[in-house]
Amino acid sequence: MNDVLLSVENLSKGFSSGARQVAALDNVSLTIAPGETLGLVGASGSGKSTLSRILLRLLSADAGSIRFEGVDWLALNGASLRRRRARMQIVFQDPLAVFNPLASVGAVLVDPLRIHGVVAKDRRRDEIVMLLERVGLPADYAGRPVRALSGGQRQRVAIARAIATRPSLLVLDEAVSALDVTVRGRILELLVDLQKEQGIACLFISHDLAVVRAVSHRIAVMDGGRIVETGPAAALVAAPQSDAARALVAAVPRLVTDPC
Amino acid sequence: MSGIFCSLRQLSVTYGRGVAAALDGIDLDIVAGERLAIIGESGSGKSTLARALAGLLPEGARVGGEMLWPGLGHAPRPGRDFGVVFQDPGSSLNPVLTIGEQVAEGARRHLGLSWKQAYVRAEELLGRVRIPQPEKTMRAFPHQLSGGQRQRVAIAAAIAARPALLIADEATSALDVVVQAEIVRLLDGLVREDGMTLLFITHDIALASGFVDRIAVFRNARLVEAGPVRSVLSAPKSDYTAALIASHRDLATPPLIAEVQP
Repeated sequence: MNDVLLSVENLSKGFSSGARQVAALDNVSLTIAPGETLGLVGASGSGKSTLSRILLRLLSADAGSIRFEGVDWLALNGASLRRRRARMQIVFQDPLAVFNPLASVGAVLVDPLRIHGVVAKDRRRDEIVMLLERVGLPADYAGRPVRALSGGQRQRVAIARAIATRPSLLVLDEAVSALDVTVRGRILELLVDLQKEQGIACLFISHDLAVVRAVSHRIAVMDGGRIVETGPAAALVAAPQSDAARALVAAVPRLVTDPC
Repeated sequence: MSGIFCSLRQLSVTYGRGVAAALDGIDLDIVAGERLAIIGESGSGKSTLARALAGLLPEGARVGGEMLWPGLGHAPRPGRDFGVVFQDPGSSLNPVLTIGEQVAEGARRHLGLSWKQAYVRAEELLGRVRIPQPEKTMRAFPHQLSGGQRQRVAIAAAIAARPALLIADEATSALDVVVQAEIVRLLDGLVREDGMTLLFITHDIALASGFVDRIAVFRNARLVEAGPVRSVLSAPKSDYTAALIASHRDLATPPLIAEVQP
């Protein structure tokens, strides 16, 4: 099928904690179409981040398969894996923890360009300017140390780094959860714009259903390592079928402005 | 009638030389028995306010203005007159003490109980914060509990000596939304039952809007506006408060993407 970018089938992963076996992922299956955003929502410990780590090949799976861009993703190794990694990139929650705090913004962005040979050496400077502009930062930020930026600016750099290798899939693991609400809105808008312009597909992971709802075409709900419900975003939010989805819908804080 | 519990007059806090003030000329009254939300984003000074009230400012911080406690008539004693619940229960609980010891300690020290009596009270408190199997949890260590349960334990420890004021500084921000809703319900219930004053510090104006009486909005070390929750939310005086309200997203907010029509 051409309209599947990523398909995950029966993925399982267990961790052992002393004598106890914990199933972090239990037969998880999902698909993402090119240019689509799949929201993945669930409480702490439901397995969301384990799934993102396996997708990024930061963690191995116990069982199951992943096809990405028509390739058996879990069978890739060495140079072929490194080369293909350009196509799937991640943005984590805490942009201070992912960067070398002493590095400049330019140094952070030049690494993926160099490692993946995205543009010729003499074009890298222009490309960095273009990436910064794309995420709404002035070109002179390339010379600033990452630690001198605000949280929102740092997350913009993290997004610029992720799109530098021209991926077809962006995994956003709680990428806006640590940001102030006013900043969060602008980052969400940036992500939606990028997707519209470049047709990047996204796996948008969060515990906050309201945020997931804002950007996702479809939503999958995780609970205890399983996907308990998947559906179009509007339908799932309007009529959640599983207990986990109902709890997530009920937990979204509502702005109470009228006397009750 | 409820009087003023704590009164801040031109309170300013500066952490170092040549650094902008973390709090700048704050005038604010905390009314006895009220639930007051302090709303602010990063750098607004909301956590500095919590630390100033709790006497937890680092050495070298310069404090100007006044903090008066007419509701107490004396300087507040930490743990006895107020309890504090912090954002990260993983770092506010002692990893090498049992849950029972940590919750009992405040009760023993401030209420003049023996360890044995304090343990009885601690077990009661764990029940009140709805820890399943309190008697078993008394012997557990913090690492054996989930984040939400640890926060329940931290709340139990904070109220162990029956303080008149509970300060919750981003106490639900590290928790997922489902657990966050449970902890807010728990705090709300405890404060009502015990007639405590609650200072609920958060970046989330919607979360606070569901249960507090008054809201004070902070921005860049200053108090932007304060008032009853309904009037601040329905008719904000400052543009900043209006922007905060406008940035709120819930499930009724139109999504940012174009949806495929079925």
